[in-house]
Amino acid sequence: MSRARVLVALAAVVVALVLQVSLFPHLAWQGIVPNLCLLVVVAAALTIPAPSALLLGFAAGVALDLAPPADHVAGRWALALTVVAFLAARVRQDVRPTAVAVVATVAAASFIGTSIFALTGLLLGDAWSVAELLQVIVVAVVWDVLLTPFVLPPLMKLFGRLDPQRMTA
Amino acid sequence: MPDTRERRWRGLDRLDARNKAPRSLFIALLLASATLITLDYQGGPDSAMEPARRAVGEAFGPVESVTAAVVRPFTSVPSWLRSQGALSDEIRDLQAENSALRNEVETAGFDRNRLESYDGLTQAAQDLGQALVPARVVAFGPSQSFSNTVTIDAGSEAGIGPDMTVVNNDGLVGRVLRVTRSTATVLLVTDTESIVGGRVGSSMEIGFVHGRGTLADNGGLDLRLVDDAVVPAEHDTVVTWGSTGGPYQPGVPIGEVTEVYSSLLETSQRAVIKPFVNFSALDVVGVMVPTGTTSDRAVVEADGALR
Repeated sequence: MSRARVLVALAAVVVALVLQVSLFPHLAWQGIVPNLCLLVVVAAALTIPAPSALLLGFAAGVALDLAPPADHVAGRWALALTVVAFLAARVRQDVRPTAVAVVATVAAASFIGTSIFALTGLLLGDAWSVAELLQVIVVAVVWDVLLTPFVLPPLMKLFGRLDPQRMTA
Repeated sequence: MPDTRERRWRGLDRLDARNKAPRSLFIALLLASATLITLDYQGGPDSAMEPARRAVGEAFGPVESVTAAVVRPFTSVPSWLRSQGALSDEIRDLQAENSALRNEVETAGFDRNRLESYDGLTQAAQDLGQALVPARVVAFGPSQSFSNTVTIDAGSEAGIGPDMTVVNNDGLVGRVLRVTRSTATVLLVTDTESIVGGRVGSSMEIGFVHGRGTLADNGGLDLRLVDDAVVPAEHDTVVTWGSTGGPYQPGVPIGEVTEVYSSLLETSQRAVIKPFVNFSALDVVGVMVPTGTTSDRAVVEADGALR
């Protein structure tokens, strides 16, 4: 992975994170916002080589865990987004994924990612009922799926253009 | 023929190697995440992750402030459409006045009792003699993270430190968790981790206000009174109980009682409190600092003067 690609990928994560905490709360439903960082990780896992995507997932998770105003136990989003990157990279085929496949991947990734985060919270002693958790998870999935048509195609094009093996192909 | 076939196989091989997520890396990253969780969870408030949090906060804080400043004109478009120019100023002034009057009414019972109570005028004057550092909310923690925290655009340079009380003109917002140079992270009272000492204004009974983790208007807060013989009345105002060492200053209005539950199983009364602050539309807040704090911005003194 060249230096330019690392920079572009990290820049995408930073932009996603800042928009997620500073812009989207104004449009949020009960504070639930689209998880743009997760969308970036899924887009990367569907285009760039799997090892880089895994590392990007971990880095995006750590950023979500540490950037203000985060106050949960650090490492929980890192765990969730690493798993998301791993699963999305497994789903991917080398043909160009269809729109339906991308949306389905995002929905599954969002459900699994948010669920892992919620479950680690339960393990660490958060006092939430399963019904409340499920409500948040479902709204989060809907948000992520709604934003997919606007966010995923440009991101995948961006990451795809930076992929040297794809460029020569 | 064998040639082309071989080339195709080689091609597939290469693609396969690219696509396969390496298990060893995956497991290494999972272990790294588990290590982070363990470090942070075991360390508690002085965990090994705090310096990292601070460093990341120093980098992200200014970016969040700038982004919030850029999007503010757009997010306030709806209110501009409703009320143009001077009209919107007038409404804001009236709302501020309204809030101030409401505050006065809400705390009237508490204040009267306070005056009569033993600690007397001087203590009350000292307690309420707090200056406010104004700040704006620049970032909200997503509800997917199951915590209610916000970032404000004032930090240690503005004289803010951990455990200071954050209010707005409607009432108690929360307390400062940690600061960077230019930003601070605030734990809202609606967070499930938040516990505030509360006092029912009319009866002076004390209890604890727990957050329920939701920003919905009817979600509210839970009040558990220490004395289980006392039943708080509906529409009673709850204010902070406060202590000199603790994080919350006394006498800040939190909310009003909307429902009261009592069960034989529970040892104390549980009342639902509707907070005065609208947490899903937080913007301008004030951080209570000791009078005379040096700050990088104008400070609202206890008598209302700007300094």
